[in-house]
Amino acid sequence: MATQTAEAQPDTQVQDSMVVRFAGDSGDGMQLTGGQFTLSTALAGNDLATFPDFPAEIRAPQGTLFGVSAFQINFGSRQINTAGDAPDVLVAMNPAALKVNLASLKPGGLIIADSGAFTKRNLEKAHYDANPLEDGSLAKFDLLAFDISERTIEAVKPFGLGNKDALRSKNMWTLGLALWMFDRPREPLHEWLKDKFKSKPEIADANIAALDAGHAYGETAELSGPLKQVHMPARPVEPGLYRTITGAESVSLGLVAGAQLAELPMFFGGYPITPASAILHHLARLKEFDVTTFQAEDEIAAICAAIGASYAGQLGVTSSSGPGIALKTEAMGLGIMVELPLVIVNSQRGGPSTGLPTKTEQSDLYQAVYGRNGDAPLPVIAARSPADAFDVAIEACRIATQYMTPVMLLTDGYIANAAEPWKVPDPSAYEPFPATFLEGLPEGEEFLPYKRDAKGARPWVKPGTPGLMHRVGGIEKHETTGNIDYSPANHQRMTELRRDKIAGIDVPDQEVSWGDGTGDLVVVGWGSTYGPIKQAVNRWIEKGAKVSHVHVRHIWPLPQNLGELLSGFKHVLMPEMNTGQFKTLLRDQYLIDAESLTKTSGQPFQIAELEEAIGRCLDEKCGGRIRTNEDQLPNPVGVEQ
Amino acid sequence: MNEMTKIETTLKDWETDQEVRWCPGCGDYAILKAVQRTLPQLGADPKNTVFVSGIGCSSRFPYYMETYGFHTIHGRAPAFATGIKLANPDLDVWLVTGDGDGLSIGGNHMMHVLRRNVNMQIMLFNNEIYGLTKGQYSPTSREHTRSPSTPLGSVDHPANPCAFALGSGARFVGRGIDVSKNLPDVLTAAHAHQGAAFIEIFQNCIVYNKDVFDDFAKPKGAEQQQLWLAHGEPMLFGSDKTGGVKGLRLNTQAFAFEVVDVADGDWQAAGVQVHDATNRMLAHMLVELPFGDFPMPLGVIYDDPAPTYEAAVHAEKERASAGKDASLAHLLAKGQTWTVSGTASDPV
Ligand SMILES: Cc1ncc(C[n+]2csc(CCOP(=O)(O)OP(=O)(O)O)c2C)c(N)n1
Ligand code: SF4
Ligand SMILES: [Mg+2]
Repeated sequence: MATQTAEAQPDTQVQDSMVVRFAGDSGDGMQLTGGQFTLSTALAGNDLATFPDFPAEIRAPQGTLFGVSAFQINFGSRQINTAGDAPDVLVAMNPAALKVNLASLKPGGLIIADSGAFTKRNLEKAHYDANPLEDGSLAKFDLLAFDISERTIEAVKPFGLGNKDALRSKNMWTLGLALWMFDRPREPLHEWLKDKFKSKPEIADANIAALDAGHAYGETAELSGPLKQVHMPARPVEPGLYRTITGAESVSLGLVAGAQLAELPMFFGGYPITPASAILHHLARLKEFDVTTFQAEDEIAAICAAIGASYAGQLGVTSSSGPGIALKTEAMGLGIMVELPLVIVNSQRGGPSTGLPTKTEQSDLYQAVYGRNGDAPLPVIAARSPADAFDVAIEACRIATQYMTPVMLLTDGYIANAAEPWKVPDPSAYEPFPATFLEGLPEGEEFLPYKRDAKGARPWVKPGTPGLMHRVGGIEKHETTGNIDYSPANHQRMTELRRDKIAGIDVPDQEVSWGDGTGDLVVVGWGSTYGPIKQAVNRWIEKGAKVSHVHVRHIWPLPQNLGELLSGFKHVLMPEMNTGQFKTLLRDQYLIDAESLTKTSGQPFQIAELEEAIGRCLDEKCGGRIRTNEDQLPNPVGVEQ
Repeated sequence: MNEMTKIETTLKDWETDQEVRWCPGCGDYAILKAVQRTLPQLGADPKNTVFVSGIGCSSRFPYYMETYGFHTIHGRAPAFATGIKLANPDLDVWLVTGDGDGLSIGGNHMMHVLRRNVNMQIMLFNNEIYGLTKGQYSPTSREHTRSPSTPLGSVDHPANPCAFALGSGARFVGRGIDVSKNLPDVLTAAHAHQGAAFIEIFQNCIVYNKDVFDDFAKPKGAEQQQLWLAHGEPMLFGSDKTGGVKGLRLNTQAFAFEVVDVADGDWQAAGVQVHDATNRMLAHMLVELPFGDFPMPLGVIYDDPAPTYEAAVHAEKERASAGKDASLAHLLAKGQTWTVSGTASDPV
C-alpha cells in the first residue's frame, strides 16, 4: 500500500467525491476491473454508486465502437446517490473506448489512455483519421497516455505467457494504477486473484504481477503533471456491518427472506433473459434455504410452474424482463382468477420488442398495471435502488401471501447491475407474516373455496388436505363455491370483488423523501430515478427553492394519502425513463396537472439535467426559482443529511 | 403413482355434483367413466389425487372428478403439473389434454414434461379436431380434413402423438380407445409406471369429427384392426370369426414388420414377434406402423421406467443443502464486508 499521506505528499489531493469510468473493448475485462475497484472503494469506507454499461453482444468484434464496455463509479466521503453525471477520470483502453466516452468527460478531466492500443488498425475501427493522443484534439483535458500493453507484457514476462495471454492482464495493471491513485491496499485483490485462479496459480501470479506493476508505476514514475494521488476519507455512516450489493442480489436475498417470513418453501421458475437472469443464478445456489429453482422451457412454463407450486402450497416466484413478462401475461390472469400467491419480478429493459437488452428503462409500467386481458388488477411495487430492492421483495412476498394474489415487483437494468454499500439488516427485525392454510372445518360447515376473509383473501388449501377437495380454474366462478358460474350478476360481483381486494391492500402512507412536503414544486418519481432526483432536488433546496421529492414505491394500489399530498403543491414534475406512464396514471387517479420529463435513451437521468428541468419548472410554473417574499426555508425536516 | 396406502373407494366417490356438459354421445363420457372405474381399483386416494388440464372440451375433465382439480390455460397444463409435482412429489397427478391443447399450443410443454420425466399420467384425448372452438382442424387431423378453417380440406401433414412422445423421450407410451373395455388396463399400467406416462386416447367427437376412427375403433366390426399389445405376448390380432388370426413378423432383411397368417394358433411357426415393452427400437417401429396396411397398435407400447425429474431435483437439493448453514443472517452478511464502528470512521 502506498504510504503517502495528505500531509506528506504535496501531490495528494483531498476530495469529497469523484467519478471514474473504466472503458475498453468487451474483451478487456472492464466490468471485472470496475467490480473489483468497487469492492476496494467499499472497503475504504466510501459511499458509492456504480453504472455498468455494456453492449448486448457477448464478444463484439474487437476494437469497434459498438463493442465498447464501460463501468462508471461515483464514490465519496459524502452521500452518493447516482453513478455520477460526468467522469473526472476516464480510463480508455483503446481508441473506440475514448471515442464513445469522451463526450461525457468533465472539461479538464483526466484521460488515462493505453497508447499501445492506439494502433493504425484500431484507430481506423474507431473512425479516427488521426491519432487523438497526438493531434492536440484533447487539449482541454489532462492526458496521460502511455503504453499499458507493453508494460503489462513486461510485467508478466517471467510467467512465460504468450503475448495474447499476457495482454489479458492489462485490466489488472490498470486496476493497480487506480488503486495507487486512490491510496488503496492491494492485499484484498491479491487474495481475490489467488482464489479466482486457484487451479491455475501461474495465471494468478501473472495477474498479481500486473496489478503490482500498475501500482508501482503510479508510485515511482516521474509523473510530472496530471496523475495525482487522491485521498478520499471514509464517509461517516451509521455504525454496523456493511457489504456491497447489486439489485439482482438484493432481490434474490429479499425473496429468500420474504419466503422465510411467510414460513414457506420458495419455488422459483425462470427462463434466461437479460437483465433478469442474475436472480435465477443467485437463487440456484441457495437450495439450503428451501429454494427450488426451475429453468423452464420458456417464460410461460416458468410462471405456470410457479403457479402450480403455489397451488401445491409453496411460494411461487417468477422473474423476467419485458419480452418474457409479455409471455407470462395470460398466466398472470389465471393467477388473478384462482387467487393464489405469486411474485413476478420484472427487471425492465429498453423496449419495445427486444429493444435494448442491456440498457435500462422504466417503460413497462402500463404493462404491469394494465397489461392483461379483462379487468385483471394486481398490486405493483417498485424498487428505487439496489439496497431498497431487498425490502421491496419482502413486501411483495407479504402482499402475495396475505392477499392471495400475484404481485408485480418492478426493478430495472440499472438497479439489477448497479452496486451500492448496504448496511446488512438484521432479519429478526422484520415482522414475520406466516402464511396459513385451511386444514379443516368445524363439523357441519360447508367448505367454500372462495369465501373471503376480512382482507378479501380466499382460503389457501393444499392438495392432500382431507375433505377439502375442490376445483379451481380460469373460468368465471361462483362467488363462494368457486363452481363455474357465467351468470351476469355473478360476473359483475366477482369483477368488483377482485378489484376491491386489490384496492383495499394495506399500503403504508406516502412519505416525502426530501423537502418539507408543501410548497411550489414536487418532483415525483418511482424506481431507479431515485438517486438523481434526490440530488437534483437537494441542490434546489440548498439554493432556497420550495421543492420536494416524493418517491413512490407502491404503484398500485397507490398510498391513500398520495393525492392529498400532491395537491399541497403548485406544480408536479414527473421525471421518468419512459414517455410518461406514471404521469398518465397519476393524472387519471387524481386529476392533477402533472408534467412529464421523459428520457428514453437507455441511460439513467443525470443530476444536472434534472436540476435544469426543475429550474425551468420553477420559472415557468411556480413564479420564479427563489421567491423572496417567502420565508427563508429552514433545514428541511425528515431529511437525511 | 406413488407408494401409498391403498384406499377403499367406489366409482361414486369420484363423481362430483357438477353437471357434465359434454355433448350427448361424446367419447369424453366413456373416458370419464373408465377413469372413475379405474381409480377405485388402484386404491387411489381422492385427497391425494390432482387432475390438471389445459383448455378444450377434454380439459373440462377435472370439474367432474371429486379430487383436487386445476383447469389451467390453453396448452400449459404440463408446466403447472411440473410445478405441482416439484412442490409436492407425493401427489398423484393426472394430466388431461386434447390434440390441440397438447400438441399445438402446448406442444413445447408436452415435449419438456416428457423429456424431464415428471411422474404423472398424461391422457391426451385425440379427436383429431378442435372441439371446443367448434370444429377447426387440429395438428392430428388427417390431410384433406374439411373444417370451418379449411373449407377445401387441410393440406398439412398430421402429427403422430405417440411418435412425438417417444421422440421427446417418454418412458411410457400407451394407446387406448374411449369406449374400449381395455382402457382401464392401459390406465392401470400408466399409473403403475414411475415417471411421465403418455396415453393417447382415441376419442370420438360426435359433433365435429364423427366416427373418424371407425376403421379400427367401431365398437362392433373393427376388432380385427386392433393390435392389443402385451409385454411378453405375441403380436396377434383378428380372430377366426373375422377372417382369421394374424400376427406381425419382423422381416430382419428389410428391417420392417409384415403381416402373416397364423394357422391353428401356432404363432411360433408363423414367426410372430413377441412384444417387449422395454425395447425402445421396437416401440419406435410400432408407433410408425402405417394404419391400413397394418392394424392399429394399442395398449402398452412402451414401458421402461427411468429416474424421475422430481426425485432428481429433490436429491440434488438435499445434497446441496447437506451440512450447509441455512441462517439468513449469515447469508445476508456473506462476501466481503466491513464494519463501521462508532469512532473509527467518524469524519475528520
Ligand atoms: C390462448 C388461447 N388460444 C385459443 C383458445 C381457444 N381454444 C380453446 S380450446 C381450443 C382447442 C381445443 O382443441 P383440443 O385441445 O383438441 O380439445 P378438444 O376441445 O378437442 O377436446 C382453442 C383453440 C384459448 N382458450 N386460449
Ligand atoms: S364438441 Fe365434440 S369433443 Fe366437444 S363435447 Fe361435443 S362431442 Fe365432445
Ligand atoms: Mg381435440
